[in-house]
Amino acid sequence: MKTKYCIGIDIGSTCAKTVVLSQDKSVLLQLLQPTGWSSVDTAEDIRRRLESAGFPIEGGAAVATGYGRVSVPYADKCVTEITCHGRGACHIYGADQLTVIDIGGQDTKIIRIENGAVSDFLMNDKCSAGTGRFLEIMANTLAVRPEELCSMAAEGGGVSISSMCTVFAESEVISLIGRGEKRENIAFAVVDSIVKKVSSQAGRMAGGQGAVCLTGGLCGYPYLRQSLSDALGCEVRTAEDGRYAGAMGAALSALALEKQQSAEK
Amino acid sequence: MAYELPPRFAEYNEARQKGFLTVKKVKEDGGRVAGIFCTFTPLEILDAAGFLSVSLCGMSGETIPAAEAHLPRNLCPLIKSSYGFALTDKCPYTYFSDLIVGETTCDGKKKMYELLGRLKPVYTLHLPQGLDGCALENWTAELRRFIAFLEERFGVSVTDKALREAARARNQERRARMALMETMRAVPPPASGLSLYRTLEGSGFLFDQDQRTAGLDRLREELLAAYAAGERPVSAASRRILVTGCPIGGVLEKTVGVIEASGGAVVCFENCSGIKAACQMVDEQAEDILSAIAARYLEIGCAVLSPNRRRREHLKKLIEEFHVDGVVEVDLQSCATYGVETYEIQALLRELGVPYMALETDYGQGDCGQLSTRLGAFIERL
Ligand code: SF4
Ligand code: SF4
Repeated sequence: MKTKYCIGIDIGSTCAKTVVLSQDKSVLLQLLQPTGWSSVDTAEDIRRRLESAGFPIEGGAAVATGYGRVSVPYADKCVTEITCHGRGACHIYGADQLTVIDIGGQDTKIIRIENGAVSDFLMNDKCSAGTGRFLEIMANTLAVRPEELCSMAAEGGGVSISSMCTVFAESEVISLIGRGEKRENIAFAVVDSIVKKVSSQAGRMAGGQGAVCLTGGLCGYPYLRQSLSDALGCEVRTAEDGRYAGAMGAALSALALEKQQSAEK
Repeated sequence: MAYELPPRFAEYNEARQKGFLTVKKVKEDGGRVAGIFCTFTPLEILDAAGFLSVSLCGMSGETIPAAEAHLPRNLCPLIKSSYGFALTDKCPYTYFSDLIVGETTCDGKKKMYELLGRLKPVYTLHLPQGLDGCALENWTAELRRFIAFLEERFGVSVTDKALREAARARNQERRARMALMETMRAVPPPASGLSLYRTLEGSGFLFDQDQRTAGLDRLREELLAAYAAGERPVSAASRRILVTGCPIGGVLEKTVGVIEASGGAVVCFENCSGIKAACQMVDEQAEDILSAIAARYLEIGCAVLSPNRRRREHLKKLIEEFHVDGVVEVDLQSCATYGVETYEIQALLRELGVPYMALETDYGQGDCGQLSTRLGAFIERL
């Protein structure tokens, strides 16, 4: 029997994203939910949701990615988030030469794509500087939500955080608050610190052709995109579906897997 | 002569207790043990002086906390672990060593040897920093001084005849190691990299020279026979990986193990326990055998030498011979020599068009998830 859809599941450290694609690669369903404490429970919840939306797991090939990829017992295959983000971004941005910057909850990846395939990548080492987690912690300290912090940052300036370590940076923020610094300026310093870290990583992979685009949870923040563009000296593109890039790539892998399997039969 | 076991002996697990008892027996039977840390140690001299050489290279994080009472935290884990074993009396070989031989290789190691000298008898050989100028003369003279030290301190005599004999036997062992490793040129290879590495490492703990060489030969024959009979333990679809960089005994599972669990097969080890230190032979016919031995050791392409052109030449050759699809460099945290060289290695591999990834890791388990994502993605792209 030929299946009519393919499922990609991206279980990240903060959010789980699911994409269902038809055979002709159009999006049939997108799901977004917090990962919570247990990726096993999240995977189970996704299975139920897919079922009630009319896409039972049994009816299509499924590929899991993200750091919780091994916790999806019903997936036909696991593929790393690097390959998936690359594949997904190519599809979303309709390009096969790209530099993808994925600012995730727990890590930041820079992925080079040539001819539609990953040719090189970098990942931050064991450190939360320049990740979504960093932003989240600083937003908490300022008692705002991460997206508010980013819009506040657009109004600020003149302050900087010198520490790359999240714990030390947090105490810097606390002392800035104590000094009565304007929250906009502190927010500016936080975003600035992320942008510096990310652009220095991206700089190590410079020299590539094609557009630079942002994927992952932070791509809906216009100010972040803007300052990243300024720092890199080129326009950083974002797309509405940018945060689904990993899940999209997983669904595309599922599609390829399914084709390969039916060819083998 | 009777030898004492360490005070905490009763608390050790069975394997460790067994290790202690074995070495104790060796010593009671009149054997002398030399502890070594590096492939630059001139084994032929120790052989000729009647010492059993055994590697004390620390490969577990277990003793690092103890070592950090004396050593800075941001030091290579291999150095900390090795020192920690001496400090805690947990390694039978370190404990029963009559002499520990070190070399002036990287800064961390040579400074560690100074501290180690407070706990154990240590002799540090002054390895030249590079190969140009009088390197060979200096190194030969250094080896001669070492021989004089051994003769005086232990009342032995190191003759040219014994050196030549040792060179012959060590060459034979090196050839056997090389031949075993070269079986991995086959597509698919006859064994997993993990099992091959363990065999190579394990053979270093067999004390009898002939037994060691014969064991390697036997294993090669067995592998080839099984392969000829159609056994294929490694899938032909596996991507063929060459591993280069620092010594990896302490991070084997989280690097080689992960590579091989993610669709890769490590077909070539270019680092210390692999080809890097097995591929050069001593000229057994040389008139001056000591200088021939010295010359052989200076051919090792290690990053502690400056410059270190040999490593690049080797890599180029090995990539071809072993039909390598991708190169993974495994560096230990805070290793400056290898860390700096990654830039040139990357440039070389770009030129050759071979995908390359360098990663830095330590003896902890904290980065296992990250490593498996990175290695997995690297293999997916091949
Ligand atoms: S990496 Fe170099 S210095 Fe370190 S043990 Fe190996 S040969 Fe010796
Ligand atoms: S791995 Fe590097 S830092 Fe560690 S002992 Fe060897 S050369 Fe020195």
